[in-house]
Amino acid sequence: MDMPLIFMVLMGVSVLAYVVLDGYDLGVGMLMPAATNEEQSVMVSSIGPFWDANETWLVLGVGILLIAFPAASGIVLGALYLPVVAMLVGLMLRGVAFEFRMKALGWHRDLWNWLFWAGSFLASFCQGVMLGSYITGFERSFFNYMFNVVVGASVCGGYVLLGSTWLIGKTEGDLQKKAVLWARWGLLWVALGVALVSIATPLISATVRGKWFDFPSTLALMLLPAASLAAWIWVWRGVGRFRKGHAVHDWQPFAGVVAIFSISFLGLAYSLFPYVVIDRLTIWEAAAHPSALKVTLIGALIVLPFIVGYTIVAYRVFGGKAKAGLYD
Amino acid sequence: MDEALQLARAQFGLNIAFHILFPTLTISLAWFLFIFRVLYQRNREPAWLATYQLWVKIFALTFAMGVVTGIVMSFQFGTNWPGFMKKVGAIAGPLLGYEVLTAFFLEATFLGIMLFGMNRVPDWVHITSAFLVAAGTSLSAFWILALNSWMQTPAGHVLDGNQYIAADWFAVIFNPSFPYRFVHMMCASAITGSFAVAGLSAWRLLKAPGDMGARRTMRVGILFAAFFAPVQAFVGDQHGLNTLEHQPAKVAAMEGLWETQKGIPLVLFAIPNERTRRNDYSIEIPKLSSLILTHSLDGEVKGLNDFKDNPPVGPVFYAFRVMVGMGMIMIALAWLGAWVTRRAKLAPVWALWTFAGFTFAGWIATLAGWIVTEMGRQPWLVTGLLLTKDAVGDISGAQLGASLTAYVLTYSGMLVAYMIVLTHMAGKGARVAEKEVAQAGAALVPGAAK
Repeated sequence: MDMPLIFMVLMGVSVLAYVVLDGYDLGVGMLMPAATNEEQSVMVSSIGPFWDANETWLVLGVGILLIAFPAASGIVLGALYLPVVAMLVGLMLRGVAFEFRMKALGWHRDLWNWLFWAGSFLASFCQGVMLGSYITGFERSFFNYMFNVVVGASVCGGYVLLGSTWLIGKTEGDLQKKAVLWARWGLLWVALGVALVSIATPLISATVRGKWFDFPSTLALMLLPAASLAAWIWVWRGVGRFRKGHAVHDWQPFAGVVAIFSISFLGLAYSLFPYVVIDRLTIWEAAAHPSALKVTLIGALIVLPFIVGYTIVAYRVFGGKAKAGLYD
Repeated sequence: MDEALQLARAQFGLNIAFHILFPTLTISLAWFLFIFRVLYQRNREPAWLATYQLWVKIFALTFAMGVVTGIVMSFQFGTNWPGFMKKVGAIAGPLLGYEVLTAFFLEATFLGIMLFGMNRVPDWVHITSAFLVAAGTSLSAFWILALNSWMQTPAGHVLDGNQYIAADWFAVIFNPSFPYRFVHMMCASAITGSFAVAGLSAWRLLKAPGDMGARRTMRVGILFAAFFAPVQAFVGDQHGLNTLEHQPAKVAAMEGLWETQKGIPLVLFAIPNERTRRNDYSIEIPKLSSLILTHSLDGEVKGLNDFKDNPPVGPVFYAFRVMVGMGMIMIALAWLGAWVTRRAKLAPVWALWTFAGFTFAGWIATLAGWIVTEMGRQPWLVTGLLLTKDAVGDISGAQLGASLTAYVLTYSGMLVAYMIVLTHMAGKGARVAEKEVAQAGAALVPGAAK
């Protein structure tokens, strides 16, 4: 059994789960200033029961990096030190602001609202910067920094899109109409970001270029961008039908965006494999001692089905449209 | 390099010190909430519902503070101490992994139902959620303390190449100091939580003397504290004996003992002088420490001068006195409180003020205890296996300094806000939603229940 590979998949799944789950609540956080006070309460209610558990996937992702690829964790987290710190400060601010704002009134509430927005934005942007820096092997040059900023902005756009389609599913009436509009903007933002990143990545990284422009496998690989384009169009049309007031399933746009994220993630995984630090360390070179991998895997295989199970239960309990005033 | 080491230590120390405040509270608060919820279920009194609703909000806020600072910690293992995972990752990694898998997801997921699910799920599901959150927080403490204890008193490992791996997981988890450390921490949580419950309830009673719920919770907090504080003194003593057996240098620093000698005194106060290697201005009770540590007036205890490496004496020495002193004060206060509130009437105003003032007393003792145990382990990161200086990463001093500043600012802001909001919430009390009261009322009337 190829344990490092299994852990690579597990880490990938955790990170993707994190991106989708915390992505939507970070996106909702970034959309807060665009809504009225009343709407903000509904938005917060829509993510209230979930955000603690969503963030846990990040801990699992970084935990697997530490446990399974200790040699890489030092390099990756050391090279990403400052964006990691900034992201953590952002996550802390938004996490506590979320709790504090529910208990505050007047200008206090405005302050926490602002911190909730700023923290969500900072955390999202830093995650993008980390991703950009990671793809290009932590090179330090002007073009790389620009690239990191573009990826940072794209991730913000992606989370806004996730957040707005989440709100389409969780709300109704005026707020839902607003969310439809936000989703349109999010789609354009994401399309631009993905296009820029797709052009820039092969230019900056020879390794990625080699993988994607290797005929004839390139032709087969083009299925990935084609699939993500199809998903994008599906979401765009779904959102359009919402605008015209046609009957669309409330969760169709969100499902489509999750598909876009999953396909992009697959493409990214293909670009990087088998490296855990690109051009430097493969997953086998970085892997932890087999005894540690084995004992962790046994636990993960037993426990993960339960986690998935009770997560589904929690989403079912809080299914349906969100209402203002969580505690009432 | 040395500067980076000190900054990395300062940063990590700051982070764990800030983090530990919140789990210390949530571990016991979760059980308090479970008790409140069950009591409400049994007698359907709105006062218990109000109590639950107030404390569940305080719990959620505290839990969130713990989650976000815990995430910082998980990243700092990689950023600040890459050598740690390289050398002992095969043991530390799975323990951390089991914590996330078995405990963290459980508490974070069921917290949602516990907080917001009362009207959405049947009562038994809601009560089960409260139980699972409490079990999750305790399980979390179990794994983290297993790892921490292993770092103090490693066991069950073998060297394989240049890293340590587990030869016997049972011996790794139930290492020599684990049972003491775990029980000591759980008692610390119980006392910290009890004083927080009693103190905030006292604050509430100063604002609204007629609040039935606050009157009861103050009594509950005091009774728990009166039980657990003396138990803690006993557990702490046992823990000390265990430390003497496995980490004698730490005990020597705690006692401020430089020379190995028989019949050592109990040093009430002194200024340990690292340069002259003796205590200045010492106030002592002869032979008492030998009696406590060896159960004999003439028992011999090894002094700091007989160890090749010893921990920094000052911080360990002072922190130990703060911890024990706070413990004594809390025992006295809890018993006094139990006496003055022995009848169901309102406690006198001076008692309310005193308990309100001691709301966060448990934090001081807990922090002092962690300083004793963590600084006392230096210069080792894992006793005998890995030196702290060999685990540090090569982050530049400038980056560490900048991030340390960011952390200090964020943490101080968060802490001030947390304490203000808590006091404010407790002062305001819980507003029981009208429909809840109606439901509760309906449940009290036979035949009218839904």
